[in-house]
Amino acid sequence: MPAERSQPERESPRENLGARRLGRAGFLAVFGAGVATLFYGKAISRVTRNVTNPLSDATGLTRLIPSSGWRIYTVADSMPAFDQTTWRLEITGLVRRPISLSYQQLRALPRAEQVSTFHCVTGWVVPNVHWAGVRFHDLLAPAGLLPQASALHFISAEKPYDDYLDLRQVALRDVMLAYEMDGKPLRREHGAPVRVVIPEMYGYKNVKWVERIDAIPHSGTGYWEQRGYDNDAWVGRSNGY
Amino acid sequence: MATNPDAPAPTVYVRRFTLTERLLHWTHATAFFVLLGSGLVLYLPSLSIAVGRRPLIKDIHFWTGISWAGAIVLISAVGNRRALAATIREIDLFDRDDRSFLAGNSRAPQARFNAGQKINAILTAAFAALFLVSGLLLWYGEQDTTYRLSGTVYLHDTLMYLSIVIVAGHLYLSLIHPTTRHALRGITLGTVRADWAKQHHAKWKPAAEPEDVYPPVRRYLTRT
Repeated sequence: MPAERSQPERESPRENLGARRLGRAGFLAVFGAGVATLFYGKAISRVTRNVTNPLSDATGLTRLIPSSGWRIYTVADSMPAFDQTTWRLEITGLVRRPISLSYQQLRALPRAEQVSTFHCVTGWVVPNVHWAGVRFHDLLAPAGLLPQASALHFISAEKPYDDYLDLRQVALRDVMLAYEMDGKPLRREHGAPVRVVIPEMYGYKNVKWVERIDAIPHSGTGYWEQRGYDNDAWVGRSNGY
Repeated sequence: MATNPDAPAPTVYVRRFTLTERLLHWTHATAFFVLLGSGLVLYLPSLSIAVGRRPLIKDIHFWTGISWAGAIVLISAVGNRRALAATIREIDLFDRDDRSFLAGNSRAPQARFNAGQKINAILTAAFAALFLVSGLLLWYGEQDTTYRLSGTVYLHDTLMYLSIVIVAGHLYLSLIHPTTRHALRGITLGTVRADWAKQHHAKWKPAAEPEDVYPPVRRYLTRT
């Protein structure tokens, strides 16, 4: 590239009068503040939320931006659609009696409710989500697990998503197959009609659009775990929350 | 042919940006809008639902970011480094007139860049670096928990909101505002009208361009 003339001649007496290298200082200050945000973002966001939340409420942005915290992550080209008349939940594998539940049959099982915090592995958190659904003990009782079963394989209608939980994990007291969120039937983007809720683990273990639960002898490697995520996705063991 | 005394004087142009600077600007601008568009699809629930194809959009966002960073480094390395260094030096220095300009005195004489343009350039550079760092952490932190920092998502989002405000102001000044929009010619073709430069950048003393044509073409035309 030819050297082109672009430099101003520095001959005017006014030029650079009282000049200070503020540009580099400004760059470093902004960059430094940004890097600090990486580590103290949670504390800073608690302060800025007081300003930004009323602002987005007033401008109607709340309906558009994920201000309530939820972001919608999917792996397939489109989300599964839920049809109440044809939908079935299959419970198969190491069970005495494989069963196929309709939506009404699922809703007729004992109902459990809980308020828990949802943690995504990428760092966002939704506090105080109100869930309603079925505990796995009640869900699996009609099928009857065989003694050889030690884990459950959750197969999503969103192909090829799947994940695994072992029986001790699904027996935790705040684990459920949820069909309601915040008082309303689960919305399509949240996994309608049913999703796994295991608040102690990151979101990718909370399989959405569950269509089959397979009882198996040993836990396996789920969709994201095959892509490098932790198999034991306990919240807080790794990201300091 | 006789000279017509009523004919307007030929417009004189002066060079404001080298090809290197223009390539950097348009590479950055293009990448910004591709990253913003794909990023919003990943970020806004309503757009995520409407568009779907998340793995594809994620790949577009990631690889645009990588290509953008690579292109910026490449252009800076093989381009006109001397001109670039001079530009950086000019942006770095804020003299008394610059500070007066920022204090609201728009008549304070300005050099090739006015103080507002310098601040825009500094913020753009700092934001670009932070976007890259937080973006790589978002990507890598999903796989290695050591790099999963609590503020990464917040930083990446906040940079996006602030960038939209800055870019909106930049677009207004470069496309709409009557006294500044001539600058668009400078970042596109490299040259600006000498009278405009004198009026808005009084302390800038550029050499007049003999002809407003691309240098290799000019050399070809003037060869003997």
